Amino acid sequence: MEHISFLVAVVIITALAFDFTNGFHDTANAAATAIATGALRPKVAVTIAAVLNFAGAFLSVKVATTISGGIVNEKAGVHPEIIFAALAGAILWNLLTWLRGLPSSSSHALYGGLIGATIVGVGMNGVNFDTVVTKIIIPAVASPFVAGLASWGATKLAYAITRKGRDASTEKGFKTGQIFSSSLISLAHGTNDAQKTMGIITLTLVSVGALPHGALPPTWVIVSAGGAIALGTYMGGWRIIRSMGKGLADIGPRQGFASESAAATVILTSSHMGFGLSTTQVCSGGIMGAGLGAPKGRLRWSLVRRMVYTWGLTLPAAGLVSGGAALLAEQGTWGIALVGAVLVAGSGAMWMISRRQPVGADNVNDVSDVTPVEVTAAAGVNAPTPASTTVAA
Amino acid sequence: MHIKWNALAQTAGVSFGVTVSVVAVFALGILALSRREAALTAREGEGAQSSAGGKLALAGAYTCFALCAAAVVYGLSLIAGK
Repeated sequence: MEHISFLVAVVIITALAFDFTNGFHDTANAAATAIATGALRPKVAVTIAAVLNFAGAFLSVKVATTISGGIVNEKAGVHPEIIFAALAGAILWNLLTWLRGLPSSSSHALYGGLIGATIVGVGMNGVNFDTVVTKIIIPAVASPFVAGLASWGATKLAYAITRKGRDASTEKGFKTGQIFSSSLISLAHGTNDAQKTMGIITLTLVSVGALPHGALPPTWVIVSAGGAIALGTYMGGWRIIRSMGKGLADIGPRQGFASESAAATVILTSSHMGFGLSTTQVCSGGIMGAGLGAPKGRLRWSLVRRMVYTWGLTLPAAGLVSGGAALLAEQGTWGIALVGAVLVAGSGAMWMISRRQPVGADNVNDVSDVTPVEVTAAAGVNAPTPASTTVAA
Repeated sequence: MHIKWNALAQTAGVSFGVTVSVVAVFALGILALSRREAALTAREGEGAQSSAGGKLALAGAYTCFALCAAAVVYGLSLIAGK
C-alpha cells in the first residue's frame, strides 16, 4: 500500500468514477421496465437495484483477475497511463450517451477505451483482435436478437395463457413477478460490471508492485467498487430509464416480466458459456421483443434506430477519445493532468447541460412534458411519431 | 479465428427455451390464482361448502411459482459458483 504513487491513486479514483457512471448508466436495465409498468415506485426500484448491485459485487471475483478477458494483451506493457486514458474515454462516452438518454453499453465503452489507449500506447500488437471479434462483436450483434426473440415468444405466450384470467389480478401478479425478475438482472449486473472495475484497480496495483502477481482483489477494492456502482445505480440515470421504459414501446406488466426474464436468462446463460455481453443491449433487445410480442404491439422504430447507431459507435468512439487521451498521458505528468482536467471539465459541462432539462424520479414516467429534441437525419426520413422525438431529452 | 458457433447457438437456444418456459409456467401460476379467485367468488355466491376447484388451483399456482423460484435459484448458483 505504501508504494501507491500519485498516478496510481488517480487511476483508482478514475476507475471508481467509471464504476459510478457504469451503475448510473445501467440502472435502467433492471429498473426501467419495473418503473414503467408501476411494479415498483421509481425510488424503490433504484434502491433495490443499488443494494443488489452491491451484493452482486461480492458474489464472485473470478472475472476481476483480468482487465478485459483477453481483449488487450495485458503483458504487452499495459501501464497505468494507458488505463487512465481508457477510463477517461469510457467515462466521457458514458456521460454523453446518458445526456442524450441513449442506453449504450458501459462495457463496450470500457473495452473501446482500452483498445484505443492500448493501440496508441503499446501498438497494434497490444490488442487481440480475434478476441475482440469473438468475445465482443459477435455477442453484441447476436445477443439483442436472442433476448428479443425470447422476450417476444414469452410475451406472446404470457398473453395467450392469461387471456381467460381476470385482467386486474393478472396484471398484479405479473407486477409482483417483475420485482423478482428485475432483481435478478441487478444482481447479475453487479457481479459482472463491478468486477471489471475491481480488475482494473487490482491489475494497476499489480503493475506497480503493490500487490503480487495473480493476487485476488483486496477487500477494500471489492467494497469500494461495489459501493461506487451501487451509488451510481442509486443516483439513477433517469434519462435512460425514461427512454427504455417509456420510449421504445408501451410496456405492460406481462411484457415487463417477459423482457426482464429474457434479459436475466440471456445474461446468466451467456456468462456461463463464456460470452461477455452487454447487459444494456440485452435488456433493450428484450424490451423491443416484448413491445412487438403484445397484441397490437408496436415499437418506436426511430428510437430503436438511434440506439443501434449508438451501439455501433460506442466501441470506436470511446476508443478514439481514449486514444487521444493516451497520446497526451504518455507525455508525462502535464499530459496526465491535462487529461484529468479535460475529463473533469467535460463531465461538469455535461452535468450542467443536463440540468437545463432535469429528469428525475418524479417525472421519469412523464413523457409529455419533454420538449422534442432534434431528430437525426436517418430518423427524419421516416416521419417519426411525436413520441419518438421526446425521449432523448 | 475460431468462432464457437456451436456455443453461440446453444446459448441462444437455451436462453430462448428457459425464458419461454419460465414465463409460461409463471403465467400458468397467475392463471391458476385468478381461477381460484373466480372459484371463491362463485362459492360465496352459491353458499356451497366445497371448493375443491379452488384448492386445486391454489396448489397448481404454488407449484408453478415454486418451479420459477427453482429456476431463479439455479441461475443464482450459476453466477455465484464461478
